[in-house]
Amino acid sequence: MMTSAKPHAPLLELSDIGKSFGGLSALSDISLHIRRGEIYGLIGPNGAGKTTLFNILTGLYRADGGRFTFDNTEYGGHCKSHTLARAGIARTFQNIRLFSNMTALENVMVGRHLRTRSGIWGALTRNAATRAEERETLQRARELLSYVGINRPHQTLAKNLSYGEQRRLEIARALATDPKLIALDEPVAGMNSTETDSLKKLLRDIRAGGTTVLIIEHDVKLILSLCDRVAVLDQGKKIAEDTPDQIKCNSAVISAYFGIEPAAYEQNSTKLPTARLPDQANHDHP
Amino acid sequence: MRQRDTWLVLVVLAIGLLALPFMTDALLGRGWVRILDFTLLYIMLALGLNIVVGYAGLLDLGYIAFFAVGAYCYALLGSPQLGLHFPFWVILPLSALLACLFGVLLGAPTLRLRGDYLAIVTLGFGEIIRIFLNNLNSPINITNGPQGIGMIDPIHLGSFSLGSTHELFGLTLPPVHLHYYLFLFFTLLVIFVSLRLEGSRIGRAWMAIREDEIAAKAMGINTRNIKLLAFAMGATFGGLAGGLFAGFQGFVSPESFGLAESITVLCMVVLGGMGNISGVLLGCLLLVVLPEVLRHGSGPAQQLLFGRSFVDPESLRMLLFGLALIVVMLWRPAGLWPSRQHRSELTAKDNLTKSSRDDRT
Repeated sequence: MMTSAKPHAPLLELSDIGKSFGGLSALSDISLHIRRGEIYGLIGPNGAGKTTLFNILTGLYRADGGRFTFDNTEYGGHCKSHTLARAGIARTFQNIRLFSNMTALENVMVGRHLRTRSGIWGALTRNAATRAEERETLQRARELLSYVGINRPHQTLAKNLSYGEQRRLEIARALATDPKLIALDEPVAGMNSTETDSLKKLLRDIRAGGTTVLIIEHDVKLILSLCDRVAVLDQGKKIAEDTPDQIKCNSAVISAYFGIEPAAYEQNSTKLPTARLPDQANHDHP
Repeated sequence: MRQRDTWLVLVVLAIGLLALPFMTDALLGRGWVRILDFTLLYIMLALGLNIVVGYAGLLDLGYIAFFAVGAYCYALLGSPQLGLHFPFWVILPLSALLACLFGVLLGAPTLRLRGDYLAIVTLGFGEIIRIFLNNLNSPINITNGPQGIGMIDPIHLGSFSLGSTHELFGLTLPPVHLHYYLFLFFTLLVIFVSLRLEGSRIGRAWMAIREDEIAAKAMGINTRNIKLLAFAMGATFGGLAGGLFAGFQGFVSPESFGLAESITVLCMVVLGGMGNISGVLLGCLLLVVLPEVLRHGSGPAQQLLFGRSFVDPESLRMLLFGLALIVVMLWRPAGLWPSRQHRSELTAKDNLTKSSRDDRT
């Protein structure tokens, strides 16, 4: 890891990231950059490598090759999860991974772990510094819960929250780490349109609060209406990176999704359907 | 009002605990005071294991090894075996510290393991320690092998020996009573440490790892250090209990530290309620006291009912022990007294008023 002073560098820049599992190449030579304050969409058919890319960015997988620069610091193919979290990358999971037997409040408090420092001694003596830190943690956790719109008793166990609330709790927990980039893996999967709309508003609020958003989603309508720029992955390769309007007309994207030649497609329709694309469960999760 | 009630309960509890050995002695005999002492030792052990298994969710089947390390450390530094006779206040912290070190030693290679695999490795570790203790009598005699180490110095607090009967405040205090008070002090200390850790940043990190290690990693928890800390803390409690055991018993041998002991301590944690201190206390109490009741009561009871004894009390003990575990696991899989979260749901005052207000708008 080395620090290079590039004042107007993008927040996250990937160069030639590659990853294969045995003989299967999950990602090859992915290069892209995400600017500060952007909502950046990552789409692609199932198995395209989107979640694998997330896992590399959050240190859960070791990349075979390439490197990425985050917030002016360069990271090799592999870096410890907690180092990356400290640097400011937080994430949610496609198949919700909450601490299910802990309360909603505790889940968010765990998110504060890396921004607090009290250890064994502090816990045993409960000295002034520890008490202040705990108060602050509790306060911040409560704020975040109401910020993401969880209006239940905060002592509710995470597993007893509704599905939509669990997704929001994951976001609150990620926000508790004070991230510069929040990476959301299919945040609206399984939600109805009302829930999707309110989540969209939440994501806009998060961006307005200065956090860059990276989002994987199969809901094309959401991606097109929310994102500033979109990258499309197919079979481990980046096939397009552009604004949503351009992506809609990109021939490579159309053929990746529908498996037909653009010419044939254009005879039937002039733009991508705005309905949801099928979103079966991905299996490229750790 | 609530505050006063709490104080009242605490005072009654304190008086009860202080009077307990005398009442037991008077009602049931001196042997039962000794059982009380062992209950306290088991509580320390179980609370240590509770940190590893209950909080951090790391299944450890070789936990008794740390008890053994503590006990042998104490025995070696305070007996004619090596000719060393260090004072109590030096040996006891050393026992705990050495066990802590062994905890880290065991923790480090098992960091990537979970569940069944971790259980197998820890099981092996427990056996390795026992086998070492059994065989370290040649070529140089360190542990005296299967014969064990005897004539361990009784616990001395300054010039006050716990090994002999004292007359204090008009009360006769035999060694078992004295040890009871010493163990009570350390048990309360261990409970205090457990309570403080449970509600702390570290405690939350342990539970996060137990619930979902990958999510915990992604939240920036250094899972390696936090897991090692759990092993180290658990082992420290085990070592402490081990040291006290050696000083109390005056004799240690490898056969006290077999797999069955590890399983017993694990049962106390699981039966009572993993991750809940009160549950663990209950588990210890049941699994130490009930078998003793059976041991003493089943023979006479059979005589009374059938005129002769059918089942050896010892085998009956194991039978009922197994049966009790099966029943508990079937009907109360979270333990007799499950951890606080399940209850806190029902008593959530925190935001109840707020949420009901929200409902109305």
